[in-house]
Amino acid sequence: MTGYAVEIEDVAVRFRTKKRDVTALRDVTMRVDPGEFVAIVGPSGCGKSTLLKLSSGLLAPSSGSVRLHGESVSGPRKDIGYVFQKAALLEWRSARKNILLQAEMRGMPAREAKARVDELIEMTGLTGFEDAYPHELSGGMQQRVALCRALLHRPPVLLMDEPFGALDALTREQMNVELRRIWQETKTTVLLVTHSIAEAVYLADRVVMITARPGTVAGVIEVNLPKERDYGKTMSEPEFAKATRHIRDHLGAAAVAE
Amino acid sequence: MVTHSQSARTEPGKPPGPGPQAGVTERARPGLAQRLVGFVENAWRPIALLVVLFFAWWAVTAAELIEPYLVPSPGDTFDSIASRPDYFWQHTWATTYETLLGFVIAAAVGVFAAVIMVQSTTVEKTLYPLLLFAQVIPKIAIAPLFVVWLGFGIGPKIVVAVLMAFFPVVISMVTGLKSVDPEMLQLSATMGAKPGQTFWKIRFPASLPHLFAGLKVAATMAVTGAVVGEFVGADEGLGFVILQANGNLDTPVLFAGLLIMSLLGVLLFVLVEWLEHLVLPWHASRRADSSTTTM
Repeated sequence: MTGYAVEIEDVAVRFRTKKRDVTALRDVTMRVDPGEFVAIVGPSGCGKSTLLKLSSGLLAPSSGSVRLHGESVSGPRKDIGYVFQKAALLEWRSARKNILLQAEMRGMPAREAKARVDELIEMTGLTGFEDAYPHELSGGMQQRVALCRALLHRPPVLLMDEPFGALDALTREQMNVELRRIWQETKTTVLLVTHSIAEAVYLADRVVMITARPGTVAGVIEVNLPKERDYGKTMSEPEFAKATRHIRDHLGAAAVAE
Repeated sequence: MVTHSQSARTEPGKPPGPGPQAGVTERARPGLAQRLVGFVENAWRPIALLVVLFFAWWAVTAAELIEPYLVPSPGDTFDSIASRPDYFWQHTWATTYETLLGFVIAAAVGVFAAVIMVQSTTVEKTLYPLLLFAQVIPKIAIAPLFVVWLGFGIGPKIVVAVLMAFFPVVISMVTGLKSVDPEMLQLSATMGAKPGQTFWKIRFPASLPHLFAGLKVAATMAVTGAVVGEFVGADEGLGFVILQANGNLDTPVLFAGLLIMSLLGVLLFVLVEWLEHLVLPWHASRRADSSTTTM
């Protein structure tokens, strides 16, 4: 039993299309500590999302191994929470009922589930919107519902696939602040895929950089910012500027080399 | 921390007002007066068109531009109904009964076939040509065969109605069942959902808007099917009334039969639409939202 929450070792993913074989990921190795917030940045199509699919067991690697809490991943895992770029809510269910879907599928006792939903609604600031239907909610609010649904069963690992990619800049910043706070409250391990360098540096303890074609790890940096991160203040920290520039240079250089 | 949770409650981009909750409930459940206004706004154009057409019919016949044995006047047409209410009631009921039964069976068979077909592509590929064949064969051409097989009773009428109505149901239901967001299904997998749970909680409800679109088409087809069935051999029903009136050159009765028949189709269509609003309030309200924004 290793101490890592997520371990991806020497993984490659190849897709076979009609015309040719496509290598989505190659030689990828990364380890995530329990409770750690790791962001994965890279250009579109570099296989960032594939990494989350691997970690959740929704996709099997062509070679290499994936372990969750030391356990080899084979098939979809139940001990994770997943948030996509699209909120993927059921339009015929209210916000509360959408969150409860997680409980219903897992056969969680109704009373326990209800208490947990109330707690999450409070924590994510959905109070007052519990009974609204998805089409009545803004993009940010829909994403909060999706986040509640992902957190309902207290998963030790939360996987987020560009969760704020479809939001406007202001809402996105606000959601970043919220997510940082929620992560500190829940102490869950987070793997966040994003193409926003600022988002990655503000939120994460470590940032993994992925380059495209074939997707591979270009480098990892530690973000040496304080635990408590005020959004405005963090943005003007020298460490923030240094980290974002480092990432930009790294990914940019890789793009030029290609 | 306090400022965090407060800022969470006010969503940027939402206008300040009497509170977002009030806005939500107002949009979700419009009052009776609002609904009435909405209905008039939507319905006045088609109603006006009907009135104009009706008036044109009346004007043409009143001015004796066309021989009355070719196109009877509205008055003569309604008189033909009023003079024999029992006769029309009996035959309208027969057709209504066949139509409803045919429609319900078509809906059930269609949904069942669609559910089977989406289970695997092999099943779908095997069944599809058969379905297509059943659809493209002219019903009026095979209807006599059903009379030979099933006699002059209600049987052949229902079979033809089902044959005509079930294809749109299958096609729309298959589309609906496949319309589910693949990410939703992946989420379902990470929730450890059993196939039955995924079907009943996600796939089936997601398919309902498509199903109702198909049912509306099927409703109008079922009427046609029932009447086609009556044409080839019946002693009851509006198809029988029309054939008889045609033979006697009794155009007022013929027109009356046609009118009732169309009314029957429209009523069934409206009934399905009403059911849709009842079953899918979430879908209907979203559609209403988009239609008011485009207007």
